[in-house]
Amino acid sequence: MSEHRLPERDRPWMMRTYAGHSTAKASNELYRSNLAKGQTGLSVAFDLPTQTGYDPDHELARGEVGKVGVPVAHKGDMHALMDGIPLDEMNTSMTINATAAWLLALYIGTAEENGVEESKLQGTTQNDIIKEFLARGTYAFPPGPSMRLIADMVAYTVERVPKWNPINICSYHLQEAGATPVQEIAFAMANAMAVLDAVRERVDQDLMGKVFGRISFFVNAGVRFVEEHAKLRAMSVLWEELGRERYGVEDPKHLRFRYGVQVNSLGLTESQPENNVQRIVLEALAVSMGRNARARAIQLPAWNEALGLPRPWDQQWSLRIQQVLAYETDLLEYPDIFEGSKVMDGLVAELLEGARAEMAVVAEHGGAVKAVDYMKAALVDSHRERLRRIEHGEQIVVGLNKYTDSEPSPLLQGADGGILTVDPEVEAQQREAVEQWRASRDQAAVDTALEELARVAQSDENIMPATIAAAKAGATTGEWAQTLRDAFGEFRAPTGVGEAAADPSSDDELAPVRDEVERVSEQLGRTLKILVGKPGLDGHSNGAEQIAVRARDAGMDVVYDGIRLTPAQIAASALQEGVHVVGLSILSGSHRELIPGVIEALKERGVDVPVVVGGIIPEADVEPLKAAGVAAVYTPKDFDITKIMRDVVTLVAERNGVATAA
Amino acid sequence: MTSGAELGERLRAGDLSVAPAVLNLVENRRKRDEVAALLSAVAPAALGGEARAHIVGVTGPPGAGKSTLLSELVRAWREGGRSVAVLAVDPSSRRSGGALLGDRARISFDPNDEAVFIRSTAAGGRLGGLAPATRAAAHALAAAFDIVVIETVGVGQSETEVAEVADTVAVIVQPGSGDVLQFLKSGIMEIPDVLVVTKADLGEIALRARRDLSAAMRSLGERTKVVAVSSIAPVSGIDELVAALDEHRSGLDLAARRTAARRASALADFAAEHGERGIRALGGRRAAVDFLATQDPGLDVPTLAAALEGQRG
Repeated sequence: MSEHRLPERDRPWMMRTYAGHSTAKASNELYRSNLAKGQTGLSVAFDLPTQTGYDPDHELARGEVGKVGVPVAHKGDMHALMDGIPLDEMNTSMTINATAAWLLALYIGTAEENGVEESKLQGTTQNDIIKEFLARGTYAFPPGPSMRLIADMVAYTVERVPKWNPINICSYHLQEAGATPVQEIAFAMANAMAVLDAVRERVDQDLMGKVFGRISFFVNAGVRFVEEHAKLRAMSVLWEELGRERYGVEDPKHLRFRYGVQVNSLGLTESQPENNVQRIVLEALAVSMGRNARARAIQLPAWNEALGLPRPWDQQWSLRIQQVLAYETDLLEYPDIFEGSKVMDGLVAELLEGARAEMAVVAEHGGAVKAVDYMKAALVDSHRERLRRIEHGEQIVVGLNKYTDSEPSPLLQGADGGILTVDPEVEAQQREAVEQWRASRDQAAVDTALEELARVAQSDENIMPATIAAAKAGATTGEWAQTLRDAFGEFRAPTGVGEAAADPSSDDELAPVRDEVERVSEQLGRTLKILVGKPGLDGHSNGAEQIAVRARDAGMDVVYDGIRLTPAQIAASALQEGVHVVGLSILSGSHRELIPGVIEALKERGVDVPVVVGGIIPEADVEPLKAAGVAAVYTPKDFDITKIMRDVVTLVAERNGVATAA
Repeated sequence: MTSGAELGERLRAGDLSVAPAVLNLVENRRKRDEVAALLSAVAPAALGGEARAHIVGVTGPPGAGKSTLLSELVRAWREGGRSVAVLAVDPSSRRSGGALLGDRARISFDPNDEAVFIRSTAAGGRLGGLAPATRAAAHALAAAFDIVVIETVGVGQSETEVAEVADTVAVIVQPGSGDVLQFLKSGIMEIPDVLVVTKADLGEIALRARRDLSAAMRSLGERTKVVAVSSIAPVSGIDELVAALDEHRSGLDLAARRTAARRASALADFAAEHGERGIRALGGRRAAVDFLATQDPGLDVPTLAAALEGQRG
C-alpha cells in the first residue's frame, strides 16, 4: 500500500445548511426537503427574538419574528419543528447562545415526549457567549451568570447527554467582525480557556478529559484559502497543547481539535453577486484540503447573502458545492496533502507565534471575560483597517473596487429580486399563536416551574433540571429568559468604539470632509452631532461601529447608542442629545417594519432631523423607505465610508439652511 | 428657537420638556446673549433662592463602572419620585475635533419617562475638565430637576472642576484594579464627599479596598463617607449610596457652595475667553478670586464674568 493513497476513501464530513424561517411548520418542511436532497445533518437558524429570549408578542420582537430564523416560543413549536425527524438518529446543530440552555431543554423535552431518551441525542448548541459580547450581540445576561449557564450545560450534558457538544467555541463571528487570522486563533483559544476554567469549578476533576473532548469549535474561512488552512492547523496544535498543559488531558481522542465551519459571509458582495459562488468554493477548500485539519461539519452560505435572505434553491446550490467537492473530486482519497510542505509549516509557525503573543495579552487582561473590552476594541480597529484597504484599492475585491463593469445579472431578474421575502403576516400569526398557547396550558404547573427556576437561579445548583421541567410544563422562551433576567440582571455590552484609535492614514482623504464639518458646525453654532444606532434585535454591529468611528474622525460628535433599540429609545436619544442627523444600521431584514417606526417616533416627539439607513437592504425596498421619509439608503456596495460622511454633512447643511461649500 | 428668557421661565415653572432645547442653546457658541438671558432667568434673584436640585458630581477612572452605577442610581431616584438630568461629559477628543460619546449606550432608561434626561457632551480638548456649556447646563437645569448629575471620567487632579460645580462629589473606584493605590497617591483625595467602591461582588478584594480607603479617609478627616455598591446583580448598596448623597447635601451650606460654584464658573469662562494673559490683566488669579468675593452672592455666572471683564479694562 502506497503512502500517498488512503487504503479506503474517507467518509465525507457532515453536510448542513443553516436554515429556518417564518414558522416551525414551514421550517420543518424545509428541513425535510433538505434532508431528501442529501443533507446529512440539521443546522437550525432561530429568529432573533428566540435568540435573545423574547416571545413573538414582546415589543422588541417587532419586525423580527421569523426573519433570520425560526421562532420557537415553547415546546409546541419544537415538536412542530422536529415533526417526522428521528431525533435518535439526527445530528442537530443549533445556533443558539444566550438561550441555549432553554432550547436544549425544549429539544430534550420534545425527544422524551416522543419516546427518545436524552442520552441518545446528538448535536451541538453554539452556546458561546463571549463572542456574542464581542461580535454578534445576541446576549441576554451579564458575563458572570452567562458563563455559569454554559458551565451548567457542560456539566449536565457530559453526564446525561454524552454525545452532545454543549458548546461550539466560535471564531467564525470574530472573523465576520474583522478579526485577522492571528486574532481569530488567539481570541477563540482564550475564550475556550475561560469556559474550561469555569467548568473545572463545577465538575469532578476526573471528568475534565471528557469535558475537553466535548468542546468543539465553529470556525470561519476567508478567501485567502491557503493561509486559512494554515490557521486551522495552527489551532489544532494550540488546542492539543492547551489540553495537555493546562488541563492535564492525556487521551489523544479527547485532545483532537474538532470543528464545524460556515465559510465567510463578510467577503460576499452585493455587486456581481454571482462571484460569491467561486469565493464560497475556495473557502470550502480551505477547510477540507488537508486531512489533518479537516472540518467535521460544513455549512456554506448562499451566493445572495449580501442581498437578503436566501431561498431554498440558493441553499440547494450551496449544498451541491459540498457534494461535488466530497463525491466528485479525489479530495477524500489521500492522506494529508500538506505533510512536509515548507510553505504550510512556515505559515503555521508564523500564525502560532502571533497567536501565542496575542493570547499572552489577553491573559494579562485577566482572561477572555475580563478582556472583552480589549478584544472588542481590537476587532473594531482590525475591521477599520480592512475597510481602509478596500477603499484604497490595496485589497482587491473583484466586482466591488475593481472590474466593476458588468452585464446585468440574470440571477436578479426574477419577480422576487433573487431573494426570499418572509410574509409579514407571519408575525401577527405568531403573536396570536403564543397568546393561545399561554391560554391553553396548565398555568399552575408553569407558575410552579418558573418559581423553582427562579430559586435555582439564585442558588448554586445546576440550572438544567429546572429548565427542562419548565420546558415540559409549557413555559415560553420569553418567560424563561425573563425569570433569569430578574435573577441575573440585564446587561449592555461594551461597544468598542470609544476605545478605537484614530486612523492616521485616512487623514488626507478625510481632511476636506473635516474642514466642511467644521465650517457647517461653525454656522450651526455647535459641533455637528450624529446619532448612530441599531433598531431591532440584530446585534451585528460592526457596520454601525465603523460609521461611528469614521464620523468621529471626520470631526463630528457621535452619540453611539449601540444595539437592540426600540424606535421610542432612538427617538428619545435623538431628542435629548440634540443631534442633527440620525444614522441607523439594520441587517436582519426587519427594516420595512422598524425604520418607519423610528420615523414615526421621531415625529411624535417633534424631532425634525434627517434619517439615513445602512445595511442589507434589497433594491426593491429602497424607494418605499425613501417614501417613508428616509433621506438616504446605503447598502454593502457603498463601501466608501468617507463618501457617506460627505453626504451626511451636505444633508445636514441643506436641512439647516447652511450653504454648502462651493 | 425659543428665547433664553422663555426657556428660563419654563424651567422655573418646572417644565422638564425644555431640557433638550436648553442644552442646544447653552452649547451654541453663537448665542452667548441668549445664554446670559437664560442664566439670569434662573439666578437666585429670579428663583427667590438657590435652585432646588441636588447637583451631584460622579467621577472615577475609566472602567470603574460609572455607567452601570448611574443606571441603578437613576432607577433608585425615579422610584423615589425624583426627576433626574444626567450630563455625561466624555473625555474622548481627537485632533479631528470629533468625539465618540458611547456612554449613553450603557445607561438603561425608559424612553417614555420624561423625568429622565440624559445628554452627552464632548469635553472638547479640556482633558478631564468641563466644557463651559456643562457648567451653564447644570446651573440652568437645577431650576427644574430634582437631581442633576455631572458625570466625568476622572483622570486625577483635573477633576477639581467637577467639585467646583457640584454640591456633592461622588468618586468611584474599582477594587483590585490598581485604582485604589492610584487614588491614594493622587490629589483627587481632596475632592470626594462620598467615596464609592464598585463591584462589591468582588467580595474580599472590595471589602479590603473599602477598609484601606476608609482608613486613608479617616486620616484626612471625617467628612468623606465610604459606600460599597454592586451595580450588577445581585445589586446592593444603592439605597445606602442614595442616603449618603442626601445626607451630605442636607449637611451643606448650600448658598455658600453654590455661590462659590458660580464664582468659579465665571472665572473659568473668563479664562476660556481671555486665557492666562487675561487673568494676568486682572492682577492674577488670586486677585480675581478676591474681587469675585466682593460681589453679590446671588449673581449669575454671565453677570459675574461681565464684572471681571469690567475689572480687566
